Amino acid sequence: MSPAELLDLLGRDFMQRALLAALLTGLAAPAIGTFIVQRRLALLGDGIGHVAVTGVALGLLTGTSPTWTAVVVAILGAVLIEVIREKGHTNGDVALALLFYGGLAGGVLITGLAGDGAAGLQVYLFGSVTSISSTEVWYTAGLALVVLTVTLGLLPQLFAVASDPEFAKVAGLRVRAYNLLVAVLAAVSVTVAMRTVGLLLVSALMVVPVATSQQLARSFRSTLLWAMVLGGVAAVGGLVVAAWLSARATVAPGPSIVLLALAMFAATWPVGVWARRRRRLAEPFPALGTGTPGPHEVDEHPHQHGDDCGHPAVPHDDHLDYVHDGHRHAPHGEHYDEH
Amino acid sequence: MLNPAGTAVVEARDVTVALGGRPVLRGNDLVVRHGEFVALMGANGSGKSTLVRALTGLRPLTQGSVLLFGTPLQDFKERHRIGFVPQRGTAAGGVPSSVREVVASGRLTRRPLLRPAGKADRAAIDDALEVVGLTGMASEGVSTLSGGQQQRVLIARALAGEPELFFLDEPTAGVDLPNQLALAGALRTLSERGATIVLVAHELGPLEPLVDRAVVMRDGRIAYDGPPLAHEDVHGHHHPIAGSHDHVPHVGSPFDTMSLDPREDRR
Ligand SMILES: Nc1ncnc2c1ncn2[C@@H]1O[C@H](COP(=O)(O)OP(=O)(O)OP(=O)(O)O)[C@@H](O)[C@H]1O
Ligand SMILES: [Mg+2]
Ligand SMILES: [Zn+2]
Ligand SMILES: [Zn+2]
Ligand SMILES: [Zn+2]
Ligand SMILES: [Zn+2]
Repeated sequence: MSPAELLDLLGRDFMQRALLAALLTGLAAPAIGTFIVQRRLALLGDGIGHVAVTGVALGLLTGTSPTWTAVVVAILGAVLIEVIREKGHTNGDVALALLFYGGLAGGVLITGLAGDGAAGLQVYLFGSVTSISSTEVWYTAGLALVVLTVTLGLLPQLFAVASDPEFAKVAGLRVRAYNLLVAVLAAVSVTVAMRTVGLLLVSALMVVPVATSQQLARSFRSTLLWAMVLGGVAAVGGLVVAAWLSARATVAPGPSIVLLALAMFAATWPVGVWARRRRRLAEPFPALGTGTPGPHEVDEHPHQHGDDCGHPAVPHDDHLDYVHDGHRHAPHGEHYDEH
Repeated sequence: MLNPAGTAVVEARDVTVALGGRPVLRGNDLVVRHGEFVALMGANGSGKSTLVRALTGLRPLTQGSVLLFGTPLQDFKERHRIGFVPQRGTAAGGVPSSVREVVASGRLTRRPLLRPAGKADRAAIDDALEVVGLTGMASEGVSTLSGGQQQRVLIARALAGEPELFFLDEPTAGVDLPNQLALAGALRTLSERGATIVLVAHELGPLEPLVDRAVVMRDGRIAYDGPPLAHEDVHGHHHPIAGSHDHVPHVGSPFDTMSLDPREDRR
C-alpha cells in the first residue's frame, strides 16, 4: 500500500472512529494498569478478559449489544476475583484459574449455540478495525473517560491503598471499597479495550506500557503518565500498522498493538539498565570490605572506639557495635567480638 | 511527660485476639493518658505488634473493647489524630514510587477527597522529610533505598499527618545511631508538644530518656506495667547467647553493601 493510499484509508470514517477508540483505550488501560501492577496483580486484567468472553457470547446469543453484556459480566467477574483474592485462601490462584478457563470455555460454547461460530467471536478476541459502529465509539469514549477521570481524580487515595493497605486502613481509607473500585475500573477498561486489542490481549495494554515506563521513571505519578503516553502511541500506531497491512492480508489490530508495545519495552530496557547503573555509580562508594574475620586482639586497633572515632556505631542488644573493615565489632574485655 | 491525671487517649479493656484459632493476646488492659510516652517491650512473639495492631483496628478483637480519644474504635473517624509506623514494612510496591509520594500518602488523613495538596500539606511533608533526614532524597525511588532508609520513610509518612497519638512498631530497627538520635530528637519535640506516643522496641537506645512508662509483654499478656526498667531487669545477662545474634533487619544506611537485600528479611 502506498503512503497516499494509507492516508486515504486513515481519512475514512470507520478508520477515524477506530483511531479515536484506540487512542482512548491506549490512555485508559495503562492508567488503571499502573495500580494493578503496583498491587502485583499483573494478570488480573487477563483474568477479567477471559471472563468477559462469556459476556460477549451472551450478547451474541441474546442479540443485545455485546459491549454492555461484556461490561456487566466483566464487572461481576472482577468483583468475584477481588473477593477471592481478599479472602486470601491458599488456593486462591487456583480458584482464579478456574474462573479464567470457565469464562473462556463458556464464551466459546455460548457463541457456538448462538450460531455465530468462531468468526463472530474473533473480532472480540483480537480486535477489529472495521467492525466498530459509531454508537460503539461513543460508548467506548464515554467509558474510557470515566476510567480516566476516576483514576486520576482519586490517584492519591488509590496510590495509598495499593502501596500499603494496612497503613491506608489506619489512615481511615476504605481499603475494601477502593480495591473493589480498582477491580471495577479494570473491568470497564477491559471492555473498552475489547474492540481494539481484543479480550485475549487486553492485559498486555494494561501491563506492558507500565513495565516500559517504570524502566525510566522514579515516581509513581511519572510512571503512570508515561505509561498513558506509551499506551496511546502503541494503540494508535498498532492500529495504523494493521490497517496498512490489511491490503495484503487480514490482520487484527490486537497483535500489532501489543507487538508495538513490546517493541517499546525492548527498546527502553537497555536504556533502563544503563540509567540504573549510572545512578548506582553516582552514589558514594562505601569503603567496606567483605568476608567474615574472626575476633581480633585489641592491639590490632590503634584507638578505642567511641563517639567520634569515625567508625559508625550500631546499637545491638545491650551494647554498641562499631562497624569497621566490613564487620561489626564489640569491645569485650581484652578483645573484640565480631557480631 | 508523665501525666497520671490526664485524659485517657487509649483505653483498652480485656483485649483478646486470636489468630489462626490460637489466642495471641489474652485479656489485656491498657490505659495510655494524654502526653505519655509508653515503651512496649518483650520477647519476639510476645504479642507487641498484635497489641498495636489491635489498638489501631487492624486486628479484630475476639473479646474486649478499645476506646481512642474516648470513642469506640469502630466509630472512630478522626483518623488524622493517629499516626502508625508498621514493623518492617516495606515502602516499595510493584511500581517505582518516590520518597516524597510515600510520605505524602501520610497526609491523606487531612486532605478531603479530590482536593489537591495545599500549602500546609506541602509544608508538613517537607517537615516530615527533614525530621528523618531525607530531604535530599525526596525524589529518589523508594525501592533503591536501604532498609534503614525505608524505615525512615515510613516514620516520615506517619509524621506527615501531624497526629496527636503515635503508634510506632520498632521504628529504630535497622536505623543507624545518628539517625536514631535524630528520631529521638523529633520524638522529644513531639512529646513536649503534647503528643502521646506508644513505641515498640527491643532496645530503647537513645530513646531511653524519653520513656515515662514501660509495658512488658510475655506470652500475650502484659507482665509488667510501670516506671521504665533498668537494663539488667529486661535482659538479665550481660553477654547475649553466642550464635543467637539477630541482625535483622540488617545495618541500614550508609553501609548498604554490608547487608543482603533488606527486603529478604521481611515477612
Ligand atoms: N497472621 C498471623 N497468624 C497467626 N499467628 C500470628 C500471626 N501474626 C502473628 N502471629 C502469632 O502471634 C504471636 C505474637 O506475634 P507478634 O507479631 O505480635 O509478636 P511481637 O511481640 O511483635 O514479636 P517481634 O518482636 O518479633 O516483633 C506470635 O506467636 C505469632 O506467631
Ligand atoms: Mg512485632
Ligand atoms: Zn573506631
Ligand atoms: Zn573487628
Ligand atoms: Zn567476647
Ligand atoms: Zn553486637
